[in-house]
Amino acid sequence: MSMPFYVAPEQVMKDRADYARKGIARGRAAVALRYVDGIALVAENPSNTLRKVSEIYDRIAFAGIGKYNEYDQLRVAGVRAADLKGYQYSRDDVDARSLANSYAQMLGQIFTHEMKPMEVEILVAEVAHDSAGDQLFHILYDGTVFDEKRFSVLGGDADAMSGRLNESWSEGLDLGTALRAAVSALAGPDRTLTSDDLEVAVLSRANGRRCFQRLTDADVAAHLAADS
Amino acid sequence: MSMPFFVPGDDPGASFPELLRRVGLKPETPRGPGVDLGVPHATTCIALRYADGVVMAGDRRATSGNLISHRSMEKVVQADRYSGVAIAGAAGPAMEMIKLFQLQLEHYEKVEGSFLSLEGKANQLSMMVRGNLPSAMQGMVVVPIFAGFDQRRGEGRLWAYDVTGGRYEEQEFVATGSGSLHAGTVIKLGHNPQLSGEDAITLACRALWEAADADSATGGPDALRGIYPVVATITTAGWARITDEVLAERYVAIAAESRSHQ
Repeated sequence: MSMPFYVAPEQVMKDRADYARKGIARGRAAVALRYVDGIALVAENPSNTLRKVSEIYDRIAFAGIGKYNEYDQLRVAGVRAADLKGYQYSRDDVDARSLANSYAQMLGQIFTHEMKPMEVEILVAEVAHDSAGDQLFHILYDGTVFDEKRFSVLGGDADAMSGRLNESWSEGLDLGTALRAAVSALAGPDRTLTSDDLEVAVLSRANGRRCFQRLTDADVAAHLAADS
Repeated sequence: MSMPFFVPGDDPGASFPELLRRVGLKPETPRGPGVDLGVPHATTCIALRYADGVVMAGDRRATSGNLISHRSMEKVVQADRYSGVAIAGAAGPAMEMIKLFQLQLEHYEKVEGSFLSLEGKANQLSMMVRGNLPSAMQGMVVVPIFAGFDQRRGEGRLWAYDVTGGRYEEQEFVATGSGSLHAGTVIKLGHNPQLSGEDAITLACRALWEAADADSATGGPDALRGIYPVVATITTAGWARITDEVLAERYVAIAAESRSHQ
């Protein structure tokens, strides 16, 4: 068998992309969507301790899916970047857009130059003082950034989940309705997800300086059980 | 803004000061001949334990020599939801240390996903004071007191520090600054561990009043300008600052009581 000395760059990139996508497809999905008071982040996560959704700064949150140690490393890097920027300049100067850009650069660099790409998909969300300013940035394993206006779907069968959310999402939903829409998008028509299977957090304008808040299993169950 | 990324094993962990050092943002320590460390600078800040937690209080005056440079400086500052820090010493380095301390508590919580214990916070402050020793020897002394509500034990706790970062937990009260001896004596005479919230606040106010009465570098309540000491309670409900309206009334009562004894 002859050893190829030359591999077309397109082939190399395609192989890397396939590798990353396969790794991501193995994991469970997550969804972020805007609601009346801010942004809700819902991840399918059976663990109570290994977190997919976390706080980055006063008005900024992070969600990651795929390989845990990799997206957790990105999470910590985001917290550090935000705290450093807030320390050097001011708290108001920390924004999701520049974090998303930094993540995109880092992921792009790793995708192209490292032995293996990161098998992750991440989201940076920021809640503004009014609903029109809320932001969702979805960053892929190769550094591609999507700026979403309504909701964002990470991992899993993204097309199917987006389709379901397209039907159920509208502007100005209350938290209960938003959560139910997110959970039925994640679960699909064939499964039921209970609060035990979920990790839910919100970035809410009503929470004072630090907008991030985790919802307990009991809170989540109550929202899911209520009739719309 | 670059995103710091460390190889596992070379990671500074949840330490924000260490992160600052690694990215090259720690300010240089000035070098030169040392000076006498002496008594910590102009101020009086106190904290005392009572039935529901702790009360912290501090005056508002900053002085340069014999001149009053600031009338409304806030030396008692909320560190996080369940703790507060007050600092005596050189104003600039003190404010910087407070800011860094607040940031470190929040940074730890975000990176680790869990809160630092109260003792852990006290220890962090200790290390910051220790780190400031070279500057202190150049005359920029920073000496804090730290108090908070310990959720694991369900009680308030207090610590005093010395300029080398030594940490001393006290059971009744702590005081720092040039007026600390006066304020401390007043608290000692009126204190018991089961004081009610109202009595604890009154005792704290009285202690600062007596310190301001005896020490020119400690400011008393300024009804003319509406500037009162910063007084706050820390209980199971967290940090709660006492409003100027309440303090104004309290000081009117203290003044009336003083007058009635003359």
